[in-house]
Amino acid sequence: MIKIEHLTKKYGERYAINDLSFEVKRGEIVGFLGPNGAGKTTTMSILTGYLSSTSGRAEIDGLDILEHPFAAKKKIGYLPEQPPLYLDMTVYEYLSFIYDLKKCTLNRDEHIGEIAKVVKIDNCLNRIIRNLSKGYRQRVGIAGALVSNPEVVIFDEPTNGLDPKQIIDIRNLIKELGKDHTVILSTHILSEVKMICDRIIIINEGRIVADRRTDDIEGALVGNRRIMLRAEGPIATVSNSIRKINGVNSVTVAVDYGDGTASYLVESDNAVDVRKPIFNLLAQNAWPILELEPVGATLESIFISVIGSN
Amino acid sequence: MSAIYKREMRYFFTSAVGYVFVAIFFAVSAAIFMTLTLQQGDKADFSSYFSYIIILCIVVVPLLTMKLVSEERKMKTDQLLLTAPVTLTGIVMAKFLAAYTLFGGSFLVASSFYYIPLAMYGSPDSATYFGSVIAVLLLGAAFIAVGEFISSLTENQFLAAFGTIAVLVFFIFSSAINSYINVEFIRRIFSAVCVMTRYTYFSYGLFDWASLVYFISLTGVFLFLTVRVFEKRRWS
Repeated sequence: MIKIEHLTKKYGERYAINDLSFEVKRGEIVGFLGPNGAGKTTTMSILTGYLSSTSGRAEIDGLDILEHPFAAKKKIGYLPEQPPLYLDMTVYEYLSFIYDLKKCTLNRDEHIGEIAKVVKIDNCLNRIIRNLSKGYRQRVGIAGALVSNPEVVIFDEPTNGLDPKQIIDIRNLIKELGKDHTVILSTHILSEVKMICDRIIIINEGRIVADRRTDDIEGALVGNRRIMLRAEGPIATVSNSIRKINGVNSVTVAVDYGDGTASYLVESDNAVDVRKPIFNLLAQNAWPILELEPVGATLESIFISVIGSN
Repeated sequence: MSAIYKREMRYFFTSAVGYVFVAIFFAVSAAIFMTLTLQQGDKADFSSYFSYIIILCIVVVPLLTMKLVSEERKMKTDQLLLTAPVTLTGIVMAKFLAAYTLFGGSFLVASSFYYIPLAMYGSPDSATYFGSVIAVLLLGAAFIAVGEFISSLTENQFLAAFGTIAVLVFFIFSSAINSYINVEFIRRIFSAVCVMTRYTYFSYGLFDWASLVYFISLTGVFLFLTVRVFEKRRWS
């Protein structure tokens, strides 16, 4: 559905993106991840026809954005980092304006009503955008991107500046959209990507440094699996016993609470899940497990290690 | 394109811009008409009226054009327009036409309104009157194109307004400055670009092809430059 080939954009002598290539299949939700200034927004801007690339191609459904801008742009809904809102218009007028701009042929009122319902702004269609809160404005921006039912939706940091409740709402909305749209979203909130996306592309200094399915990105990029365990029992004996479990590489006592309990950091081979053997061992010895939690292999650490190693 | 035109027209009247423009235009043009035509007594002569209307344009045209493009950049709404299936020319033309509709509309209403009493009680020279009306309409188009171009260069509406005023002053008074310049080459350029020289033909009731082409080209060039500014920003 989306194809980017050797895309390069230079600002003066500086490369904003450098020889970027990737493809996104129809119906995929792709998270575009990277630190500030990595080139996420530039890539999205080129993909939507807002900027032109220095070299390379960007295609939407087989249509080159530069050669067939009209047809390609009709297939895209775009929410830039700052939603492009006309503050003097009411929500309905704004959506209606985009409806005209995109030369949409669906039934105007029905279509706008539907979108408003999906993004939950149907109660404020007649309010002036200037008077809306940040969260609502963001939703209006998302609604704008959905007008004319584009096949591809591109969101640049869609949950930026929203409160936790709104973030959850927007995430659910994007997941819902992913069922019948191809979605690209950029963010630097890693848990967000993990929750929403099928696939993660990490980009740094204009280059792709990782491109994986969300399910296997953690395993693929981090050598060891780590578990934080809090249990009651003789500390030295417990840690020695755990160390003997097949696959465990190291056990470190992280905290000794002084009440007979301690926290242990257990590192094991990535291929082995040692949680069950640990449970069995501790159960047999009547050392109660108080907490057991996988740690370390978070997207944050992957992100930092990937970005750092580049 | 029509969507953008409609939005601009709507904006003029949901913000104060349209009302302020119309109010200033009508108030000042009425004052000009009263003092320079009606109170002159014996002649039904519009020539001074139109000359001062052109000078009024220096103030009122920037009012219409200062936000035309700069505001879109400032509020980042240009992203919406540029990622929509609309051509750059379409965007620039829609904005131009919206501002021109307001300008042309106000000017025509005011000028026809003042013509009626003179035609009823006197006999104004219709050739010079209509020649001047056409000339101001052509000149207004060129001025609005200049204003739109300058508005596309900056995000700051006040900078756009002052820039436009400066350029319009140059276009209107370049012939007048000429007497202070010794270099023949520059004098020639100045008198060639001066809109007042071109305007004079029309104000005598003469139809001059060269001047018509001049006004249309001036408008075209500045609209074209505005498109290029959009284009350049995309490629740079």
